[in-house]
Amino acid sequence: MLHYFIGNLGHLFVITSFVTGLIAAFAYWRATVIGEQSALHPDWISNGRIAFAAHALAVLGIVVCLFVIIYQHYFEYHYAYSHSSRHLPGQYMISCFWEGQEGSFLLWMFWHAVIGVVLIFNRQSWEAPVMSIFALVQAFLASMILGVVIPGLDLKIGSSPFILLRDAMDDPIFTLQPNFIPKDGNGLNPLLQNYWMVIHPPTLFLGFALTLVPFSYAMAGLWQRKYTDWVKPALPWTLLGGAILGLGILMGGYWAYETLSFGGYWNWDPVENAVYVPWLILIASLHGMLVYRNNPTGLKLSLVLVLSVFLLILYSTFLTRSGILGDASVHSFTDLGLSGQLLIYLLFFTIGAVVLTGMRWKELPTSEKELSTYSREFWIFLGAAALCLMGFQVLVPTSIPVYNKIVELFGARSNVAPPANQVEFYSRIQLWFGVIVALISGTGQFFWWKKMDRTKLKQELLSPILISLVVLAVLILTTRITDPTYMALALSGIYVMVANSRVLYRTLKLNPRLSGGAIAHIGIGLMLIGILYSAGYSKIVSLNNTGLLYNREMGTEFNRDNLLLFINEPRTMGGYEIEFLGERLEPRNKGGYVKRSEVEPTTDPFKVVAKRNIVYRDEVLYQAKDTFEIYPENTFYEIQLRQEGKVVATLFPRVQLNPGMGGILPSPDIRRNIDRDLYTHVSAPMNREAEPEWSALEELHVSPGQKFFINDYVATISHVERVMELPGLRLTDDDVAVKITISVEGEHDTYVMEPMFLIRNRVDVGRIPAETGELGVRITLLNIHPEKNEFVLGLQTRQKDWVIIKAMEKPYINILWLGTGLVTLGFVVAMVRRFRDESRSASGPE
Amino acid sequence: MKKTHILAILVIAAAIAIILSTAGDASTYVSFDQAFQMASNGNTTSIHVVGELKKDAEGKVVGLEPGPDQLSFTFILVDEAKKEQTVYYNEPMPPDFTRSEKIVVIGGFQGDRFVATKILLKCPSKYQENKLNARV
Repeated sequence: MLHYFIGNLGHLFVITSFVTGLIAAFAYWRATVIGEQSALHPDWISNGRIAFAAHALAVLGIVVCLFVIIYQHYFEYHYAYSHSSRHLPGQYMISCFWEGQEGSFLLWMFWHAVIGVVLIFNRQSWEAPVMSIFALVQAFLASMILGVVIPGLDLKIGSSPFILLRDAMDDPIFTLQPNFIPKDGNGLNPLLQNYWMVIHPPTLFLGFALTLVPFSYAMAGLWQRKYTDWVKPALPWTLLGGAILGLGILMGGYWAYETLSFGGYWNWDPVENAVYVPWLILIASLHGMLVYRNNPTGLKLSLVLVLSVFLLILYSTFLTRSGILGDASVHSFTDLGLSGQLLIYLLFFTIGAVVLTGMRWKELPTSEKELSTYSREFWIFLGAAALCLMGFQVLVPTSIPVYNKIVELFGARSNVAPPANQVEFYSRIQLWFGVIVALISGTGQFFWWKKMDRTKLKQELLSPILISLVVLAVLILTTRITDPTYMALALSGIYVMVANSRVLYRTLKLNPRLSGGAIAHIGIGLMLIGILYSAGYSKIVSLNNTGLLYNREMGTEFNRDNLLLFINEPRTMGGYEIEFLGERLEPRNKGGYVKRSEVEPTTDPFKVVAKRNIVYRDEVLYQAKDTFEIYPENTFYEIQLRQEGKVVATLFPRVQLNPGMGGILPSPDIRRNIDRDLYTHVSAPMNREAEPEWSALEELHVSPGQKFFINDYVATISHVERVMELPGLRLTDDDVAVKITISVEGEHDTYVMEPMFLIRNRVDVGRIPAETGELGVRITLLNIHPEKNEFVLGLQTRQKDWVIIKAMEKPYINILWLGTGLVTLGFVVAMVRRFRDESRSASGPE
Repeated sequence: MKKTHILAILVIAAAIAIILSTAGDASTYVSFDQAFQMASNGNTTSIHVVGELKKDAEGKVVGLEPGPDQLSFTFILVDEAKKEQTVYYNEPMPPDFTRSEKIVVIGGFQGDRFVATKILLKCPSKYQENKLNARV
């Protein structure tokens, strides 16, 4: 039974949201144009409100319908089939929602709708122009998921999330069986099955959505010629946007750190750059807005910057979703055929904003006053300029694919590629921008709170500079900073903290509500120091120390970063003794890990049977013969780290197998210490599908109790027994079956191997060998000589289980996370203050 | 001239400097022949080569050779001008390497061997998958 209703309802909501978006935009536009004095104004306003309320409800309706489809596993829908599966844990069903592009557009729309409703409830005088821009943006976004084909033109607008599987795929099964519904879905990309992926996208998209508020206010201000009034209501929203967007970006970084194994939290990939640049410009615009009251030039600057932030968000949406980045990024961006629509969306608002600003530019108030070096405006401009250039330096190389496309449009061919080593390229220059921004924000703080002149400045600056230099000297000595660039970064980070601590102290005495700026700046200083240590002094500890030069042709600098570990063979690495203890599985309903060798697979890949009692950390998880559920795609590699014989850490880096998603995906395990993280990931797992190569059979004659060696392990025959029953085989009186029990002393465990020898109908000889994968041993019982009390064993060995890992040390990474927390806190304090200011002035006499 | 103007001029100058330095550091997409020529002319900058793995008639990847202990490997890449080239990569083979439909190698020639410092894989996306998988 296909569930047509829910999809049709959802699609109806999509169309409704598009139409009501247009209606709301039109009604609010009319209300703005006819002016507040007109008698019809209240009617158009209420038309706009009703249309926007209907729009918001329709958006909610789309969200609910899509959730029902995913949650109820309606795999007849393409969205549920592609992004979910029956085995997906409940909390990750939420992530399915935004794994697809349609869902993430929807998320963005959802936040806009929520913010729009809040704005309608809050602002009276600005409602009409602001909401007309809001509603127009919503109509554009709704068009992305419209999924309507214009008849005659064969033009498809948008990609609907409610498309049926049979319409999305031309699989022959649908011609035979149009009502065919797959039993299970393709599942969610395992990399996204992470708690950060549940909260990172909504946070990031809320940040995106919040940038529309200042944009709308600025556009409304230009449109209505209220050139200065727009700043006040826009400021708290900009602060909120800065906090949320920054938090969203860092969540993404933290997710990458925990889940991907490129060895860090930031890779300067185009997707990351596409959100980093708007954030920098947002911060610059924020500072511009803070000075507007004293200097009208600040107004022009903040106007341009505020408009740029939203346009950059549109640009980054275009970059990441149009498929234009193609060869430039490791992320596989998919083109839903929306590039044209995205380009129209981007160009519409860019041209609109540029034209409107151009028309009004001459009317914008300016200042004829000379800007003093000792004024805070000067320092804010300096800082804003540095932030803009910082963003520009990232934007230019990220746009290289766009440049190539434009050149191609004109018939020429361009073969410019992004810088080969992006991390090195960006870090080298961004680091210096970091230094400059920190120095400016440290110094600028002194101008913020006091009137300054040359002598006063000297007095004020002397002690922070001295303190910073002393702290720097201590850091250089204790943590051995030798690189002059790093010294500069450390100094600027310390300086911004010292200078702002002083400001913090003053503001806390004066009025703690004003302390937001100082707290955020201290956080920035901490982040710089954290980045300096965790990235600059990140050290690969899995250096190869076998003394072998792997590849003579290539010189010594190669083959150093990864470490090959054979099971149960300790090696030394970066001051640790390291040992690979075997592959582990993760039970679905209990914590802890289960050895792969302790369980037997069943026909259902999600279920296994315990071979014996399974103990994890002195707790019996399962009894022998218990059947329990596991996550079949996850394999963990237990790696023990010891120092002076004592176990300091047991790491479980993970490898996920998901053929439906295209491959094998390693994720690190991180050993967190206060002063450093030890970050370990699998760089190559053993291929389990390939048949292992066994050595030639070696014959050995042994008697029970006699010790013998196999693959260097001591083994003995401990028991001999005649068996009357074999699994799946009935034995008669004419058959003889003998099972011998051999105990093999492994490094940590004693393994029991039970090969069998069988004679059927007195003539046919059968042999059932026994294998222990972890030791790489196979024993076949070749023959029995009862007269000599001797068994003939066939011994075979293969390469033991192995894994290749890479391990890194990230010193003082916690300083970075602490700094992030402080920055967010600072934003929140500042935002609370500005929202209070605004509500006070809105309710008070104007 | 006002200070704001001086500031504006400085910002523009810095922006131009950024564009120029980006142009200087930008890499290029080239073929193996061009890359070889660049290397023999003493140009050691890293370049991008786009290509596909060499496959036999049955679509099986050929020319893959793991290095000692699998810590590195070499493979044969066919660039867009159909030129075959052995590429050396100093990392264990990425797990989904053989599934990729397009590979971008970043690096350069050292002697007659192409040494990749980075590999970007373009794997078939599930969006392009027009067939249901076996789990139906």
